[in-house]
Amino acid sequence: MAAGMNATAGPDPAGTGVGLTGGGYFDAASAEPLHPSARDALLAALDDGWADPARLHREGRRAQLLLDQARESVAAELGCRPDELSFTSSGTQAIHLAVLGAVQARQSASRGPGHVLASAVEHSAVLNAADWLHRVTDAAVSITGVDGLGRADVAEFAAAAARDRTLLACLQSANHEVGTIQPVAEAAEACARARVPLLVDAAASAGRLPVPDGWSLLTASARKWGGPAGVGVLAVRRTARWREPFPPDDREGRRVPGFPNVPEILAAAASLTAASGERAAVDGVLRALVARIRATVPARVPDAVVHGDPDARLPHIVTFSCLYVDGEALVTELDRAGFSVSSGSACVADTRQPSHVLAAMGALTHGNVRVSLPRAASDQAVTAFLEALPPIVARIRETVRAGTQ
Amino acid sequence: MTPSNRRPSLTLDALGKKCPVPIIMLADRIREVPIGQTVEVLADDPAARTDLPAWCTLKSQEFVGASDLPIGWSFVIRRCY
Repeated sequence: MAAGMNATAGPDPAGTGVGLTGGGYFDAASAEPLHPSARDALLAALDDGWADPARLHREGRRAQLLLDQARESVAAELGCRPDELSFTSSGTQAIHLAVLGAVQARQSASRGPGHVLASAVEHSAVLNAADWLHRVTDAAVSITGVDGLGRADVAEFAAAAARDRTLLACLQSANHEVGTIQPVAEAAEACARARVPLLVDAAASAGRLPVPDGWSLLTASARKWGGPAGVGVLAVRRTARWREPFPPDDREGRRVPGFPNVPEILAAAASLTAASGERAAVDGVLRALVARIRATVPARVPDAVVHGDPDARLPHIVTFSCLYVDGEALVTELDRAGFSVSSGSACVADTRQPSHVLAAMGALTHGNVRVSLPRAASDQAVTAFLEALPPIVARIRETVRAGTQ
Repeated sequence: MTPSNRRPSLTLDALGKKCPVPIIMLADRIREVPIGQTVEVLADDPAARTDLPAWCTLKSQEFVGASDLPIGWSFVIRRCY
């Protein structure tokens, strides 16, 4: 980091030391730093849980015992039965299996490929799986709208669910980019009336908020609650129809192919239990910090807009856009100042497309910053960020404007 | 494309320019047309499709519409004040 220092854009403009100590990591929605309890569980399980849990020998039985314990613990946290829950190799894999397995179980040659719906602000894994179904099986796909805060339009969602031959409806628990909580209870009621299974992608909220009721399928990702990368969760209600969409395999209740990573699954379970235990304390602190960012950014930065629902939101995520600023420059300059954030601006994406979430909301996509606070975020770090941001934005605006003339 | 079929009073060529440059060009020059008249912005950065309407909402200008060009789009904005 020292190599990036200079006199005007130093790594520590507020003089707090935050940028130098790593306290400016604000990308927990991409990856929450590994919880200490996950590290302890992982190290212990590397010694005890390495064998094949499907085998009957003592090493295998020990691995199976650990896997069973992890499954019971995660199932209890997420509100399902252990036999409804499978571990996957990522949140994305969980979503793909959920969407494809639920739809293909209900498709039939005689009644056609059917219809799938998802809100426009779902994780790209949901939208990509729906698109895949359309291309490969000719299923119809409806993408339903959201309001300016990113909240799904329940009436449109319910009307789409009531369409003939609807095989699956998908609504996230909360949005991963702007933090807005989705009306899952109302959507679940509409789906129950229409007898349509509902997939709730709870990746953004699991471990931070209770899981909403009313789902038929549930997905989540451990790295977003402080577990290791490479562990996802797929839960399928016993009452929901589901069929393996890929070549069958005996693992994980015949729902997920491949050898489960028992040590990392144990670490994921330990961190979820720890995150839930700390939730009451952490939630209030993060909520207050996010509220401060929401109030301070538009007050200190001219032409800045804060996105998402100010009240019905996740505790740790806030997204805003600064007019006349390029997002890539903003992320780079903030990084040089010691603050790690993500951005939905097109220039930051591999695809060069702006965030589909911001686009669906009709929100400004350039100059975009997502701040997502890890559980250990400090008042001091947020204060330093709020000091550092206005001069950085002002400097980029001057540079961009000079480039247009 | 423009509901009144009137030609835009000013055309800004932002083809090949990445956001936020098309927005900056519009913000800098919209006052060159009389109130009630329109500005056309030509742009091919996909972000412009979201950001020009969003800018109009933020700045209380009227986004009249967009149409496809062989490369990119033509966006029409009416100056409201």
